[in-house]
Amino acid sequence: MQKIVVHEGIAAPLKRSNVDTDQIISALYMKAVTRGNGFGDYLFEYIRKNEPDFVLNLPEYQGASVLVAGPDFATGSSREHAVWALVDYGFRVILSSRFADIFRGNSGKQGLLTAQLEQHDIERIWEYLDNSADKSIVVDLEKQEVRFGDNVAPFQVDPYIRYRLLNGLDDIDITLQSEDLIKEFESKRPSFKPKTLPAKTSGDAKVESEHYDTRSPIDPSVGIM
Amino acid sequence: MARTLFQKVWDDHIVKKGENGAPDLIYVDLQLLHEVTSPIAFESLRNAGRRVRRTDLSIITEDHNTPTCDIYSPIKDDISRLQLETVRSNAKEFGMRIHSLGDPDNGVVHAFAPNLGLIHPGMTVVCGDSHTATHGAFGAIAFGIGTSEVEHVLATQTIWQSPLKNMRVEFKGKLPEGVTAKDMILKLISKIGTGGGQGYAIEFSGEAIESLSMEGRMSISNMTIEAGARVGIMRPDETTFEYIKSRPHAPQGQDWDDAMQYWSTLFSDDGAVFDKEVVIDVSTLEPFVTWGTNPGQGVSIKGSVPTREEIIAEAKAEGLNEEVQLQAWERALKYMDFTPGKRMKDVEIDTVFIGSCTNGRIEDLRAAADILRRANELGKKMQVKRMLIVPGDGRIRLQAEAEGLDKVFKEFGAQWRNAGCSMCLGMNADRIAPGERSASTSNRNFESRQGKYGRTHLVSPKIAAATAIAGHIAEPEEVL
Repeated sequence: MQKIVVHEGIAAPLKRSNVDTDQIISALYMKAVTRGNGFGDYLFEYIRKNEPDFVLNLPEYQGASVLVAGPDFATGSSREHAVWALVDYGFRVILSSRFADIFRGNSGKQGLLTAQLEQHDIERIWEYLDNSADKSIVVDLEKQEVRFGDNVAPFQVDPYIRYRLLNGLDDIDITLQSEDLIKEFESKRPSFKPKTLPAKTSGDAKVESEHYDTRSPIDPSVGIM
Repeated sequence: MARTLFQKVWDDHIVKKGENGAPDLIYVDLQLLHEVTSPIAFESLRNAGRRVRRTDLSIITEDHNTPTCDIYSPIKDDISRLQLETVRSNAKEFGMRIHSLGDPDNGVVHAFAPNLGLIHPGMTVVCGDSHTATHGAFGAIAFGIGTSEVEHVLATQTIWQSPLKNMRVEFKGKLPEGVTAKDMILKLISKIGTGGGQGYAIEFSGEAIESLSMEGRMSISNMTIEAGARVGIMRPDETTFEYIKSRPHAPQGQDWDDAMQYWSTLFSDDGAVFDKEVVIDVSTLEPFVTWGTNPGQGVSIKGSVPTREEIIAEAKAEGLNEEVQLQAWERALKYMDFTPGKRMKDVEIDTVFIGSCTNGRIEDLRAAADILRRANELGKKMQVKRMLIVPGDGRIRLQAEAEGLDKVFKEFGAQWRNAGCSMCLGMNADRIAPGERSASTSNRNFESRQGKYGRTHLVSPKIAAATAIAGHIAEPEEVL
């Protein structure tokens, strides 16, 4: 996982509240077999397609890596795809006055910083971005503050998530710090516990398969209804 | 200190105890994998240059997307084909055991693993699927996890989890003839609601549980998640040991004796504290069916779609939120196209589905076949538009054929399909059409679950068979 100590980047103001995970990425993409770089393209897909003046469509915010969102960001389903879409698009930090719990937990695991500010500070940042030619701001995780122009605003972050981001440690890295304990546990596991390998089965057998019309009988194209 | 069954199994798997309320690091005895929730976990593992820690404690099947007919022809749906190709290449790359389409051990993840004898009392079992609770029927702690957790278990064979609270559900009394495990769990869900088990591991106990076969017990643990609980555990007994003994992965020789010694310690101690207790008397229980769009919206088959007054009275009696129940009732009435007071037995059905990780086991198929055999003898014809019978895995299909059940189904007019999740969730071609009404032995009657705008009634295999004979929801004794 990539570390974050001090992050400087273009900040995009998302001036709306209750942006849910369905708006962040449609459930359609949950069948994907790869993250590749693909999910970034589907971030806010519907809004981007239908609102030409949506912030991520504006030239001055291309390459944004900080999202300055309204309250109650990322409510709704627990899908991890919402975090993947934001990360794959290029976001490293989300600022908001309130995040959905599940989303905040999922973000921490994927190296996306969710920094919680007072709503009036969020609005100061929005105002700064509206009026400044320079769209860059600085998010300092060590000092827990956002710097924009000559202004500073403090933020809150879960101490455990902060520790992990400062050190670039993902869940697996942290668990593997206890690898000695895992090995010790494994050395004491009783031998009667089942193993999948070598594979044991009841032997070979041929499974037959018939042909059926899988269409619904009440599908109009079949002509029953 | 007196401990519950859940606490005993949990304690035996703590690698590192969490401090100050942090989760414990728990060892995973077995991870089950399938084609839908595994690909991104494998990809992340590959990108981080990590390996699978214990290929010998993992096993893969293909079930959510697989076709249930013409299985040796190329798969037409692009996404399904890609998911199957991906899981096969991942299995090969990471050196993992996979049972692919056409293999006799291929099938629904929660059917094939118990059939192979891989589920034992006292284990921890995880899978990227919420119905993993099924395996609690063996006295195991088994629960569903997300894709990041699948990756974590692949890499470390452990998972961070906070211990759950303990709830005991006692089914007391003797189950009447014709009433099944499915009816017991549907009754429980309607009683405590779909959120009633949230935060708990439920231990099922009582005479009615003890008298069930492993198949029946699995049907109950399977739907624990529909009551909101991730874990549904049962005390292992002779029925459990007998079920495991003859299967391929049963412990052998000295291991069997050692295992038996350990397994016989797995029960809740006298005086163990449960945070919540529920008692259900099954001696007057009738077959249960759902009328609405969540599994808690069920009634006795002899009953009717509830009225507003009944919803309010029930919410009061069971301590459920009245406003929430009423909103759900209104929405469900509209979606299901019902008026309050409609008799369940007057509900006409288009499609009957027998299968899924809830009711796709040999005993379920036998129960349906016993009823349909009588119908065939009496010259009664199928009165629904179609009936799909989908065994849980290849071995169940072969067993059913060895017993001649397939001939009974086909003579009646049902489609005898191959194993898979099939019409339980319609990820393959097996779906119901908009407005189509099914009687289904599966576990979820959510809106559009079995097909866009489809309408689902959850039932037991016996009721499903009788319904296919009658054309409307029915009990066997009315049609035979």
